[in-house]
Amino acid sequence: MDTDVLARRLRALVGEHAVITDRQQLRTYECDGLTHYKVVPALVVLAETTVHVAAAVTECAREGIPFVARGSGTGLSGGALPHADGVLIVLSRMRQILEVDRANQRAVVEPGVINLQLSDTTRSEGYYYAPDPSSQQVCSIGGNVAENSGGAHCLKYGFTTNHVTGLEFVTPRGDVVVLGGKAPDPTGYDLLGAVVGSEGTLGVATQVTVRLTRTPEDVSTLLAAFASTDQAGAAVSAIIGAGVIPAAIEMMDALAIEAAEEAVHCDYPAGAGAVLIVEIDGPAADVQHVFAEVERHCREADAFEIRIAADDAERALFWKGRKSAFAAVGRISPDYIVQDGVIPRTALPEVLRQIAALSTDSGVRVANVFHAGDGNLHPLVLFDESRPGEGERAEEVSGAILDLCIEHGGSITGEHGVGSDKAKFMPRMFTDDDLDTMQLVRCAFDPDSISNPGKIFPTPRLCGERPGRHQGVHPLAESGVAEVF
Amino acid sequence: MAAAPEALLRACDGYLTEASDDDAVLGMAPRWVASPGTTAQVSAVMAAATADGLAVVPRGTGSKLGWGNPPRRLDVVLDTTRLDTLVEHAAGDLILVTGAGRRLTALQDDVAGSGQRLGIDPTRSGTIGGTVATGTSGPMRLRHGAVRDLVIGMTLVRADGVVAKSGGKVVKNVAGYDLAKLLTGSFGTLGVITEVAFRLHPVPPARRWVTLAVDGPEQAQAAVQELAHSQQAPVAVEVDWAEGRGEVSALLEGHADATEDCAETVARGLGDGARVDDHAPDWWGTDLGAADLHADGAGRTLVRTTHEIAGTGPLLGSITSLSEAPGVSAAYRGSPAVGVGCALLVGEVDAVVAATEGLRAAAAAVGGAAVVLEAPDDVRARVDVWGPATALDLMRSVKARFDPEGTLAPGRFVGGI
Repeated sequence: MDTDVLARRLRALVGEHAVITDRQQLRTYECDGLTHYKVVPALVVLAETTVHVAAAVTECAREGIPFVARGSGTGLSGGALPHADGVLIVLSRMRQILEVDRANQRAVVEPGVINLQLSDTTRSEGYYYAPDPSSQQVCSIGGNVAENSGGAHCLKYGFTTNHVTGLEFVTPRGDVVVLGGKAPDPTGYDLLGAVVGSEGTLGVATQVTVRLTRTPEDVSTLLAAFASTDQAGAAVSAIIGAGVIPAAIEMMDALAIEAAEEAVHCDYPAGAGAVLIVEIDGPAADVQHVFAEVERHCREADAFEIRIAADDAERALFWKGRKSAFAAVGRISPDYIVQDGVIPRTALPEVLRQIAALSTDSGVRVANVFHAGDGNLHPLVLFDESRPGEGERAEEVSGAILDLCIEHGGSITGEHGVGSDKAKFMPRMFTDDDLDTMQLVRCAFDPDSISNPGKIFPTPRLCGERPGRHQGVHPLAESGVAEVF
Repeated sequence: MAAAPEALLRACDGYLTEASDDDAVLGMAPRWVASPGTTAQVSAVMAAATADGLAVVPRGTGSKLGWGNPPRRLDVVLDTTRLDTLVEHAAGDLILVTGAGRRLTALQDDVAGSGQRLGIDPTRSGTIGGTVATGTSGPMRLRHGAVRDLVIGMTLVRADGVVAKSGGKVVKNVAGYDLAKLLTGSFGTLGVITEVAFRLHPVPPARRWVTLAVDGPEQAQAAVQELAHSQQAPVAVEVDWAEGRGEVSALLEGHADATEDCAETVARGLGDGARVDDHAPDWWGTDLGAADLHADGAGRTLVRTTHEIAGTGPLLGSITSLSEAPGVSAAYRGSPAVGVGCALLVGEVDAVVAATEGLRAAAAAVGGAAVVLEAPDDVRARVDVWGPATALDLMRSVKARFDPEGTLAPGRFVGGI
């Protein structure tokens, strides 16, 4: 369909100023947080209501036009990368907290609500929203739902999928459906569980009901400095091995510490080869005992300095270095790749050594920042694009790190998603049969393959074809009979 | 044996027997019981069944086969109890991978020596596969989450015999669709679960229960709200209810030197009459159960209800009203701070049918739903065991993609899926 005709129709449905067709303005939306993939969408809809979203999707469904939903655009896997011939539905104007229901420990929010805003709003009620990606100051709840993005406190409190109890959801056919609500276990298949983390390929969430978590009676946070990541890793093993599940347990290596210091002057102990941030929360009586145990394990693993946050301000300073680490790396390297892989936690020492070896062999520097408790690595692969070949080498190292994760029984993504960036790695983790089975879900929701096409899955597939092995361009697509996604 | 198809015989390496009356599923008798011992054999059984147009119902120990609708047709019961291998217990990573036929009791024994547990309680004798396929849970769901939240990876066999995996054996993993969530609670209608990876939790050193007798729904509501909002973070909050009164009890766990203090704090919050014990109330975590549906010469019907947390009092009030009607008594046991529980309705068939409908309306009024788990045939014939569901078209669409021939447990699920 001609873009002008589509724009005219959509303007009639959602309002004159909610549709962008100007090329310069469209370029604002050409990428998300993964800036090396750029695609200018054909058209942008700035949705303000569920009705707007449903109208835009219905129009796309009628004409077979692809659409992509986007929140704050902070995703790091190109999950909200636009489609050149498609509609980008921007949800950042849908940012109302519709209800805080303390008695039921739930909140109902629009998808554009900023993650941290929800916790800030509910804290006076004695509650907060537990999933806290490092980008929580800017990322949207809708984006968190799409990517099932987690954060430092997932180890104890679970992931986004454990905290979403209901969705209002626009299917790729434009139908508005309600999945779940404030009560648990809606009757029937767990469609909610399938949608959370499906990266916008099954439809668009327009309202999200989340579980709120009671603020703990007490929180204690320590920062422990070690000579090496091996020692820090030993401390992590000892803590978990003792049956302690901290609220968070984060590690940074020397290069990540250097970057954080450059950027935010967090004053971490000088000369540290690794720092751990360990947070314990819960009933005051329990925290006191458990925290003493954690401190002992850190000392026994040869921590050369342990600082205990005296108040919230000091705790915030400990976290400032950690939470700014990704952006901070820009201070010590002109370009970098933020990788996101997962390994079984006990494999940490070995995998860190292997990453170090990869770095040495390739001459590519790698800074490590990660959620040590659940084995979610975030290697930052540093390079200088202006030097010939460095970008390619960094890509190779970044990919090799994912291979290490798979070899150790881990995953190619713990919280950033597969998106456009890692689709090619999916066959290394899953068989064709696994991927074909996932496609059955996709086809059930989106038989015309128009919802965020090209994400997650590596090989074009057609709804309706028999599962099996396929190579090259599908004959139906080649002959123009059917579209691929 | 009635001539079994050759492919089916080969598929499970001789473990194919003629079905007996005991193998019937809600009155629907199968022809054969296949007992494959590996995922590959399950795959072969399903491929053979689909090729020959045979309908299959997966079964673990069979403890929940009386739940759901009777299958529309049934040829093969696929017994999973030989899939009982403990594949891996990585204690340091707090994960476990097991065959779906392993019993929950055996699995808890496997991990207990490491000071760990699977957060599914109470430990009943059913299999892991059956527990996951029916999505059952117990008191500790408040702390550890539902079964869906504990499963981190799954191997399943589709109706056409294709073997697929989702997730893995790390806790944090967002690669691809979460098929395990879709299969959890799907009553064997989308695939046969053959292997499951779980996250485990350490067993804390100390436990205390704080229990308060409550006299009326308002007092129960107040106690549940106090516990749900408590910063002492109870691991579980349970209620036992009959004839307009009952008990509310909370489990506290933690460091040995601290848990007593936490329990005392909780008891003070609940007010006069709250007692702290080092053991659970005798009803804790046990089924109201309707093992013998005709034990009282009447229609014993077990209904699972869900509700919003703040709907506890109104729901208990409704249950009290139901039991005040002539010809029926109603009791309830559940996890009010999560919003799930089970009511047992006992009485004459007409009264039980009316009470079931009343309970469904009461649950809906507090945001929840009611599903009949166990009921005698004459009750079952007059109620929709599943009740209404939203997004049924999407569910049908999912079933049609996974099982276009209707091979797996046809008709057992919501909306006749």
